[in-house]
Amino acid sequence: MKNVSFKIDGRTCTAEKGQNLIEAAKQNGIFIPSLCHFKQQNPLGSCRICTVKLNNRAMAGCTINIDKGMEIEVNTPELLDTRKAILEMMFVEGNHFCPSCEKSGDCQMQKLGYEMGIRYTRFPHLFVERFIDAKAERIVVNQNRCIKCKRCFEEIQTNDGYQVFNFLNKGNKTVVTVDYEQEAKLSESQAEFAMQICPTGSILVKGKSVSKPFGNRMFDQGIEGKTIPFNKINKNTNNGQKKRVATTSLAGCFGCHMSLLDIDLGLVDLIEVVEFNKTPLTDIKKFSKRCDIGIIEGGVSNTHNFEVLRAFRENCDILVSVGECAIWGGLPALRNTIPLEDCLNEAYLNSLTSDENESVIPNHEDIPKILDKVYSNHEIVKIDYHIPGCPPNSNHIWNVVKNILFEEELTIAYPEFKYD
Amino acid sequence: MDRSSLLNKLWEYQNKEGYISESAISELAKTLKVSTTEIEGVVTFYHFFHQQPTGKFIIYLNNSIVSEFKGFQQIKAAFEKETGCTFGAYNENPLFSLFETSCIGLSDQEPAALINFQPFTNLTPKKVRKIIQQLKDGVQLKTISSTVTSKIQYTPTDNKTVFFRNYIPGNSLKKLQNSSASKILNFISRSKLAGRGGAFFPTAKKWQYCKESNSSKKFIICNADEGEPGTFKDRALLENNSGLFIEGMIIAAFITGATKGFIYLRAEYTYLLKKLESTLQEFHNKGFLGKNILDIDNFDFNIEIQLGAGSYVCGEEKALIESLEGKRGEPRIQKYFPTEVGYLGYSTVVNNVETFAKAARIIELGSNFISAIGTEKSKGTKLLSISGDIAKPGIYEIEWGTTIRDLLKLCEALSPYYIQISGPSGSCINSSEFDRKICKEDLSCGGSIMVFNRSRSILKIQKNFMKFFKTESCGVCTPCRAGNQILYEKIKKFERGLCTQNDIDEIKQWGNIIQLSSRCGLGKSSPNSLVMAIAKFEDYFNLKISPLHENQHVEFDMETAIQEYDSIIKETQL
Repeated sequence: MKNVSFKIDGRTCTAEKGQNLIEAAKQNGIFIPSLCHFKQQNPLGSCRICTVKLNNRAMAGCTINIDKGMEIEVNTPELLDTRKAILEMMFVEGNHFCPSCEKSGDCQMQKLGYEMGIRYTRFPHLFVERFIDAKAERIVVNQNRCIKCKRCFEEIQTNDGYQVFNFLNKGNKTVVTVDYEQEAKLSESQAEFAMQICPTGSILVKGKSVSKPFGNRMFDQGIEGKTIPFNKINKNTNNGQKKRVATTSLAGCFGCHMSLLDIDLGLVDLIEVVEFNKTPLTDIKKFSKRCDIGIIEGGVSNTHNFEVLRAFRENCDILVSVGECAIWGGLPALRNTIPLEDCLNEAYLNSLTSDENESVIPNHEDIPKILDKVYSNHEIVKIDYHIPGCPPNSNHIWNVVKNILFEEELTIAYPEFKYD
Repeated sequence: MDRSSLLNKLWEYQNKEGYISESAISELAKTLKVSTTEIEGVVTFYHFFHQQPTGKFIIYLNNSIVSEFKGFQQIKAAFEKETGCTFGAYNENPLFSLFETSCIGLSDQEPAALINFQPFTNLTPKKVRKIIQQLKDGVQLKTISSTVTSKIQYTPTDNKTVFFRNYIPGNSLKKLQNSSASKILNFISRSKLAGRGGAFFPTAKKWQYCKESNSSKKFIICNADEGEPGTFKDRALLENNSGLFIEGMIIAAFITGATKGFIYLRAEYTYLLKKLESTLQEFHNKGFLGKNILDIDNFDFNIEIQLGAGSYVCGEEKALIESLEGKRGEPRIQKYFPTEVGYLGYSTVVNNVETFAKAARIIELGSNFISAIGTEKSKGTKLLSISGDIAKPGIYEIEWGTTIRDLLKLCEALSPYYIQISGPSGSCINSSEFDRKICKEDLSCGGSIMVFNRSRSILKIQKNFMKFFKTESCGVCTPCRAGNQILYEKIKKFERGLCTQNDIDEIKQWGNIIQLSSRCGLGKSSPNSLVMAIAKFEDYFNLKISPLHENQHVEFDMETAIQEYDSIIKETQL
């Protein structure tokens, strides 16, 4: 095949005529992200992440074969935002609890989230109840995480040519199903290959899921970040006045607060430039002064969380949601796909520690009421900034806070930006 | 048995046993040498196939927006009351099963239902009671079903009527006898015939691609799967002039050299199947189909009817081909035209019923006749199915270029306020646009017009449309599958009074993203109506939004959020 030249974002590139755009772009040093395209398989065009414009017409990049003179737009602001939005749709459509996922750290969808800098999703999470199918011999299919990319359809077949994975239903009820009879025919390595090509943690192999420790996983590697000490902060920027900070933990585990304290000796520098108002760190229960910044851990699960959050909005200039729970519900939101009644029954009536024939769920006017689901903070009040992580790295948190309060330059290193 | 007959085989099971059992699925899987889940995948894609036993009478009640405004809820309640069954449930009654279904092409006679695919129209609770009683008493279904007649409310003067003029079978085919494929194609090309399903692709070009293809086999497919809610114009052609479009298919075969044709008929029109079959038989008897048609040497062409099984997206040509091959109706990627890679990989022409019918008339009446009617870019007439708040719902054959205002006068619209053109995937217009013309240059139209008056809730319309799209999406691509669901949630938020100007802006932005990045026409057009309605009915939506909270609070409905807890607590306290 002969080489032809074409243009990506105005830059002249060359590739073999007929070559797949994603591969051709890669050879020319341009990365077009995609979650369904896999090596040389038939283009599926299902995930739509690789949406580009060919001669001003939007198309999935993986379905384009290079031809002479093509003019392709890849990284225009519109396309970058579209790509980000599609990825966000995947996050809200499924139930992606990174901290409890076996594939976390080795997950291509998660990695793409880092690449695109997704801190929160513009769409509300849908919290649809999904099924985990562990009946097959080796493979577990977790529907919570499936993005319906169809990679497994194309790449995994039995040696005698049968499909192992298929779609069931249509519309928003579409799910991937595994054929037990065919799955049993797969060899160990074929099953592991299925898990490997799954861009999320939807396909797992029993007993093989967690092999690498935190820090050594595929997408953990990167340059270490560094923090500029607080005592280096230019005091002129705040006229010698200390900035006031408030913090709280709503439906969270205080893990983010632990991470806040992880700057160790930095704390000594910190109290030089900021003072804490309402926060569990000082045990000040009520706002006594207006604060510059409010740091919120945890989402809104009950009426008390709601009131605290609204009070924060009223008393702080800037609000920052810290951690997955604050941003979209996080682990407490695991209950969002389960009816509230079942949750309460499980906790108070049928638990191991509850009395036999217990029939009363504790209730008192002083006990906050549980909401129908866990809400993200930005569903209740306007949130100005989001810091993802479970918990976010302490460097990450303080870098953001410094940036907001003292206009200190912000750098987030790859290993610090995490959803787990 | 080969894969392409899978749908027919599944219909056999469905009709014989009332459902497709696990054993039927594994038997089919064994025969076709595929995994059982692959067959299951096909079964679950089409909503007229069931995996659990159904009653002797399966009742499909149409839930389209026109039906909703004409009393869908009461009829639904009446069916549930009379049969004692719940919609969507199985195993309740050996006699009846109730399901909702999207538009069944009877918008001019709503509320309407199909009982074992026989039509029952203009339903009232009283009628429902009678029907159910009769069925319980063992009265024959066919003796009590409604006779569907398409009311042709308007045709232009004789020298301008194209479709609904006197039809004599074979009149257009005769012209093939002393002509050549290129000459006939030229006639089609000169009349500027464009795809009447709504995409306006030049028909002559499509046929030429197929003609020039060196594919060893070629196919002509008639898309009689008019699933766009509010559309029933093809039904009128199938019913009144069933020969006309078949002649069009034969002409297409003459031009392209195709030897096999399919009519992909939506299952909702099963009651028209007999009529089509007898027309095909009549054509065989007359020598219009079969071998050496009209004594033209080597002109062989046969037509087979394929029944769909309940899927809107199969109206998309590439999804239709997949369905015809016995697969899930997922549209193929937009890499090739069906004329390049079509049915079973061969060059294939897919056209709408109206396009074929028009082609036949062009050949019969001559392209000069057609070219004298219409506008510069749209020649001839257009069939419209008009429904909603009008005195005369039905079929209108109008000259291209007719204004909405004239149209509203013709159909005697009652204080029209919101007009939906081309169904949910089309566009909506307000009263300031009533002087717009229906033609390619201005307001393109696939054939459906729904008129709503001021008393109708625009939110209800949008909610109905979006629910339809999120259910009927094939499920393959993210923006359509997830995006429509997200927009549906947004409309629900609107209903609860929790939206602000931000939500209006978001709908526009999010709609844009779905339109830009979806895989096929369904997702590319599903947000159209909502995004347009927001822009064109600004006053309406402004009344639906709350002012932004000064304290930067977001609207939150605490009452609903704690309702569940309160009721649980109430029940468990002593």
